[in-house]
Amino acid sequence: MTNDAGSIFVGVDVGASHTKVAILDSEKKLIGHSVRKSGTDFTDSAENCLNSALEMANALEENIVRCVSTGYGRKNVPFSQGTKTEIGCHARGCYHYFPMAMTIVDIGGQDNKVIKLDAKGRRLSFKMNRKCAAGTGAFLEEMSLRLEIPLEDMDALAEGAENMVELGSYCTVFSATEVLGKIRQGKKVPDIVKGLFFSVIKRVLEMDSLTDRVVITGGVVAHNPYLVNMVEEITEREIMVPEYPQLTGAVGAALFAMEKGGHNG
Amino acid sequence: MSEEKKTTRRQIAAAKTLKKFMADYFYEMDDAAKTGSQKIAWCTSVGPAELLRGMGFLVYYPENHGAMLGATRMSTDLIPYANALGYSPDICSYLTCDVGSYLQKKTPLTMAYNIESVPRPDVLVFNTNQCRDVQDWFAWYSRELNVPLVGVHTHRDIGNIRNYQIKDIASQIEDLVPKLEEVTGKKFDLARFKEALGYSRRTSELWGACLEEAAAIPSPWTFFDATIHMAPAVVSRGTKEANDYYELLLPELQQRVKDDFAAVEGEKHRLYWEGMPIWGKLRSLSEQFYSLKTCVVASTYCNSWIFDQLDPDEPFESMAVAYTELFIVRDELYKEQYITDCYNKFKFDGILFHDAKTCPNNSNNRYGMPERLSEKLGIPVLTINGDLCDLRCYSEEQAKTNIEAFIEQLEEK
Repeated sequence: MTNDAGSIFVGVDVGASHTKVAILDSEKKLIGHSVRKSGTDFTDSAENCLNSALEMANALEENIVRCVSTGYGRKNVPFSQGTKTEIGCHARGCYHYFPMAMTIVDIGGQDNKVIKLDAKGRRLSFKMNRKCAAGTGAFLEEMSLRLEIPLEDMDALAEGAENMVELGSYCTVFSATEVLGKIRQGKKVPDIVKGLFFSVIKRVLEMDSLTDRVVITGGVVAHNPYLVNMVEEITEREIMVPEYPQLTGAVGAALFAMEKGGHNG
Repeated sequence: MSEEKKTTRRQIAAAKTLKKFMADYFYEMDDAAKTGSQKIAWCTSVGPAELLRGMGFLVYYPENHGAMLGATRMSTDLIPYANALGYSPDICSYLTCDVGSYLQKKTPLTMAYNIESVPRPDVLVFNTNQCRDVQDWFAWYSRELNVPLVGVHTHRDIGNIRNYQIKDIASQIEDLVPKLEEVTGKKFDLARFKEALGYSRRTSELWGACLEEAAAIPSPWTFFDATIHMAPAVVSRGTKEANDYYELLLPELQQRVKDDFAAVEGEKHRLYWEGMPIWGKLRSLSEQFYSLKTCVVASTYCNSWIFDQLDPDEPFESMAVAYTELFIVRDELYKEQYITDCYNKFKFDGILFHDAKTCPNNSNNRYGMPERLSEKLGIPVLTINGDLCDLRCYSEEQAKTNIEAFIEQLEEK
């Protein structure tokens, strides 16, 4: 392998569901990235993910100047030189793409976050979902299993819906029962899937108010862009989405690596 | 910061005395329960303890037992036994774990003091100022043990305190006297009552002074220390022994301030804890804050045992004032002003609200107070979800990430 990458900075976001690696060059350009299931061995997933991203960046480990890890498994990344919370990294990543005051809505595998930044990118407040994981990616994953619809088909189904079935329950498990009831009533699957998306959006919007510009990130919108259209319609706001919404936390971590941020651990 | 460092912090020297103090407290009651040498009253944590002490009772506090069950992490296993009796998992987890403890005949007193069980009561005395749950809790024991139940019913959501409220509470306390005389079989002794009230007043003054030492920068002790050292103010107010303990603790804290001693080495941030402690996680939270160079300097909880309104010359009335001016029974405006006053005194950088699933009365985040105080004081706030004793309601990883992110936010300022 040739190595013409020069100095690179690595961010690793070990989420409860997926691990993401972002590699930035010294100009803050994203030159390598990778996403894998976190599985049960976070260290192994992080290493595999790093290797894929290095390959994409045409770089070697020797090129890494510094690495910062974030996410639920941030303390399980042996090659990282520092850690930052996912809240800090999503904020930093979003501000990199959209340098303005904003509300960030991150819809992750098990965590949702609403983070508010001022015009200088400083955090004003943040909220994470409470104990329950309703309204996160885990909810859609569970529904995909129960309805036997591949996750990757959900976006197109929701977009093709003619109507929308509303779901009332907070609870993921009870929602599944509710959905089966709707099927028995003869409701159309696309209308139900759109209802599932609406349920995710409701859970997120009840966490906090939306102020200033709104940015949405996370794996759920990366794979379901129609959900963003729905948020725009419901909130009557233009919603901004970074080019790789699932990588925002990893990009933020890489930026902290470049700025020598993160707590040494 | 990847893992909280195991810390070797300088212990508070008075802790040794505290340990003996608590052992003596429980041994005395255990002996009385076995020999019948003295009557035992069970009392709610801010119940009319001075009257009980003044009438010669030894006083046992089931809430203290609940905190011990929480701190030893026995509670989460015991709560379901009370749930199975029809006591919801959503009500006070002190109640449910304590009842579970009774049903299963398991108590932390055995491990700590080799005491087989909590002391059997001769009377159960509540004040609903904590919550309605305490009354239901004691009512269960009253039925189970066939023991008389008496109590005081508080006013709630109080703004400016009115005379009729004080008169009402004072007369409710006074009305307890003949019922308690029936239990003791002795005539009420006003002089002894006044003496107990005087002791309790002094305990409050000393305890309040100890807490105020945390206004020093850096703070000589933390909220987590105070949750331990508050025990005599809770269980022995109205006795000389409680005062002796704080006469020992206060100079030690004062000396720490003189020495510029920081309880959290390199103190960078100062926080206020609003709400109940998470008893089973005191140590891990204390270590996390320590590793983040953050000192939790003050709390509503520890301040709740300061009754400096007590006046031996107006015994019933001053008790009524003390137990009506309490934070927990006041309206939102009062509570916000109270925390504002604490902010001015303790100079903290942020407020952490603990939303305790089973303790709505001590969870003040639920009606927009964090947002209002954040705007008023210009400091950030954080709410973490948990519980005093039911660790099923606490997601440790989520809570710790929230705390870490909150400190990151403070560092961005």
